[in-house]
Amino acid sequence: MEINYSEVGLQVGLEIHQQLDTSSKLFCRCPTKLFEGSEEDVAKVERYLRIARSETGEVDPAALYEYMKRRKIIYLVPKGHVCNVELDEEPPQELNKEALSIALGISMGFKSKIVDEVYVMRKIVVDGSNTTGFQRTAIIALGGELLDEEGAIRIQTICLEEDAARKVRDLSSSVVYNLDRLGIPLIEISTAPDMRSPEQVLRVASRIGLMLRLTGRVRRGLGTIRQDINVSIKGGAKIEIKGIQNLEIVDKVVRYEVMRQLNLLKIMNEAIMRGVKDEDIGSISDVTDVFKNCRSRLILSNLKEGNKVYACVLRRFKGLLNFEVQPGRRFGTELADYAREWGGITGIIHTDELPGYGIGVEEVRELYRVLNADGGEDVVVIVVGPEDKCVRAMSAVVGRVKEALRGVPKETRVVNDDGTTRYMRPQPGAARMYPETDIPPVRIDEGVIKEALKYVPRDPTAVYEELVSKYSLSPELSKQLLRSPHIIQFYDLLKEFSGSEITPQYIASLLTVQLKGLKSEGVPIENIGIEVLREILALVRDGRISKDGVIEVLREYALDPKKPIDDLIRKYVRRDLEETTKLIVNIVESNRDELIRKRDKAFNIVMGLAMKELRGRVDGKVVADLVRKVLNELLGSTPA
Amino acid sequence: MPSTELSSKDDVIIVKLANGYNLGISLVNAYVEVVKENYINVGSSEGEGATTFVGGQGDRLISIVSTGGTIVSRVEYETGAVRPALTAENLIDLVPELKEMGSIEVVDLYRILSENMTPKHWTSISKAVYEKIVGGADAVIVAHGTDTLPYTSSALAFALRNLPLPIVLVGSQRSSDRPSSDSALNLLASVIVALNAPFGEVVVAMHGSISDNYVLVNRGVKVRKVHSSRRDAFQSVNDIPLAKVIFPDKKLIVINSRYLGRCRVEDLILMPNFEERVAIIKAYPGLSPEIIDFLVDKGFKGIVLEGTGLGHVNEAVIPSIKRAVEVGVVVVMATQTIFGRVNMNVYTTGRKLLMTGVLPASDMLVETAYVKLSWLLANFNDLTEVKNLFMKNLVYEINEVHEDYIYPRWYHGDKL
Repeated sequence: MEINYSEVGLQVGLEIHQQLDTSSKLFCRCPTKLFEGSEEDVAKVERYLRIARSETGEVDPAALYEYMKRRKIIYLVPKGHVCNVELDEEPPQELNKEALSIALGISMGFKSKIVDEVYVMRKIVVDGSNTTGFQRTAIIALGGELLDEEGAIRIQTICLEEDAARKVRDLSSSVVYNLDRLGIPLIEISTAPDMRSPEQVLRVASRIGLMLRLTGRVRRGLGTIRQDINVSIKGGAKIEIKGIQNLEIVDKVVRYEVMRQLNLLKIMNEAIMRGVKDEDIGSISDVTDVFKNCRSRLILSNLKEGNKVYACVLRRFKGLLNFEVQPGRRFGTELADYAREWGGITGIIHTDELPGYGIGVEEVRELYRVLNADGGEDVVVIVVGPEDKCVRAMSAVVGRVKEALRGVPKETRVVNDDGTTRYMRPQPGAARMYPETDIPPVRIDEGVIKEALKYVPRDPTAVYEELVSKYSLSPELSKQLLRSPHIIQFYDLLKEFSGSEITPQYIASLLTVQLKGLKSEGVPIENIGIEVLREILALVRDGRISKDGVIEVLREYALDPKKPIDDLIRKYVRRDLEETTKLIVNIVESNRDELIRKRDKAFNIVMGLAMKELRGRVDGKVVADLVRKVLNELLGSTPA
Repeated sequence: MPSTELSSKDDVIIVKLANGYNLGISLVNAYVEVVKENYINVGSSEGEGATTFVGGQGDRLISIVSTGGTIVSRVEYETGAVRPALTAENLIDLVPELKEMGSIEVVDLYRILSENMTPKHWTSISKAVYEKIVGGADAVIVAHGTDTLPYTSSALAFALRNLPLPIVLVGSQRSSDRPSSDSALNLLASVIVALNAPFGEVVVAMHGSISDNYVLVNRGVKVRKVHSSRRDAFQSVNDIPLAKVIFPDKKLIVINSRYLGRCRVEDLILMPNFEERVAIIKAYPGLSPEIIDFLVDKGFKGIVLEGTGLGHVNEAVIPSIKRAVEVGVVVVMATQTIFGRVNMNVYTTGRKLLMTGVLPASDMLVETAYVKLSWLLANFNDLTEVKNLFMKNLVYEINEVHEDYIYPRWYHGDKL
């Protein structure tokens, strides 16, 4: 389906959350590294969050209240990563000045106007991801802009906030979070809804990401940057999509969302054409009896536990639940999301997909009969499970179907791995914000500004031009370097090794092509830190190992980071010329007859044997020259 | 926005944006135009002393005496001002389950932070509780700030005797406007205890762990705030808690068989007076005798020494203590070690202090010893009787038997 995005009136805004690389968290002095130890170092704390009914904002308060009341939150508390502050057992300590400086530096890079005094706020968040029930957040700068080839993108606000706890498991009656991530400083950059095409969204998100990396003070790796987007089209709704961790799919997410909204509008038009009204969406009835002798294992096991089957007729909806709204997701899938989120049941079954799931023609016919429904026009949705869950699930489904008659409901959605999205929760009303009375406001004085100036990111375009003209990198390699997470490492290493045989091109290709190569072999390159690169390149500079050996050493190091580097390089220590010559002469001597017989292949044979010994220790070119020389002496002249 | 005591300088105005955020803007070189004036009344004392009521299921009446503190405080999100008032409606809004247990009556007695409590306040709280009991309440709960909560619980324990029902003091370590507040669970547990517990004692109901899995019911004369911020800060010292309420089952389990049972209402006695001229002096290296002399010269009637170890002060202070006792000041000795009992027979200094007439407080907490002495001095004229009663166990403020398991354990490198 080819979509003209300006015709559909696409508007997209971005909200980018990036963890800052600081030595401690935002409101306590715990480290910002995630826990990787064993279970015996993890304690557990169990909580329930509550909220006074009058404080729920515009979300249906009763529903929210009930939802929260029954949900147990289990916090994992790894030793060495969490203190009483994250546990909500001690008031927050002073705002981390290092984090503030980095965030202000970034704000300056976007020409955003810095506030004179920072006030930390409490934003109510009730899903348990914050032990307090609120996220601490502060606006540090307003306005600003970002240049893009299709026009300037306005920045609305820049906030400094604490990251939430890391969700480990999500069950209907409980949810498990690890507290190691809670409190890591995050910068949140929100743009106006100024983007008009999926490609532009990708470009802008990449550029913001690059600017953040250019500060050299943001954390790298999966989950350290997350983007939320809001997408709207004419006649649709502004949909919030959360949790895009992989920047590369952001354009796809936009495309799929536009597709979804257009398809929901088609479903609406079709329903209107068929004359469907609210009252055609039926009430909920118990149809357990229909399935008494049913062969469906799902239903049978439920009935055995004393659960029930509930049904609801959607008149004149036949076929619509099978209508695909996103690749692999039908309208029925959207309804199932609601059943899951509100009822805590696994999903729904509907007659557009029956017979199937062990439910036969007989039962379908009987279902239509007892519900007095028309098999040619109507759809019946059924859910299976305990009564209260079924009723909640079905009410949510009914509510969603009624929304379909009006178009696209406002929702907060969460992204799937393939770029499609699923329903997460209703959009919150105006968030409840309270002043964080435990933290004194921070005055932005000259001292703070001076510190922040250290972190102002350079203009990405200027960096690109510098890579090409000053360091003679090819445009392709320059772009690759800017896209990679390693641009800052490039400059660090460049500074350290300038003037040696280690060229800018070599560093750039090491950080991009070569590391990527290792990664594609499945080598865990996240183990290769800047310190290791520095150490190994120093060995090259000092002539202890050859350049050819670098990637081999890095591979072995990444696979076993505990091994001392001195041990790893032993195999690759550079042989001097004399040793190398001796080795080659030996090879030639011991294969003398064969070499004379296979004169044409002599060079390849000797090279093969020599490199087996010398790979990584002597540059290939040097070996080739020596082999040629020795063979010349034996054979008079060498072919090839 | 009204500026707060937190704002750094006068030249900054706080602006609330439409998205709810606050930020500060400097007035230096700023152009300010007043578009509209609007005033919000912050922190008014309107309604103090009022009683509010919300009907609930069944015919039981739950009376809550609100004295202030974190448990009744809420931050208003519009202004950021703290509202330390409690009405029955607020309470139901926060803990709707309370309505299932009975009708709720809230007496807005005080709105003070507990560090500002004085013996005078103990007197009026005792009287308010007494009135509620004789007025027929089925449960009486006192909402109180946490800092000095054990002083008030001790005070009520001595002032209200032969209780026909438990008096439950409750506080919270996280204010009620936070979704993570401990107040809802603590309040629920308080009502469960007040309605169902077999004892007629003053107790303190607060979280027993940092999980929301149970609330401890500590004896009011044996409880101490042992942490500045944790929600499980209230623990029994030199005793075990009377009971706990398990959540989410809301099950009351009595874990201490040594308690005062419920009495008949007719036997209830109110002795609500407290002597204000009593002081606590902590022993420390270099404690000067002048401090004791000063109290004596100022006419203080009682001194609680918070001694080191088994109950000691440096010998240089002893002559001043001797003089105090001679002029009729009652001097008692508790220990600053928190856990354990005073025993002044072991070392020479202790023996000397005993000879001067210092009374050992056994295993009483310093706070309890202070309140007890203050109560005795206000209600008994005869000094000998005061001294005898001080050393006598009245409401289980003294525990003669310390078994090993009642002492807490710390982290010593074992598995978490």
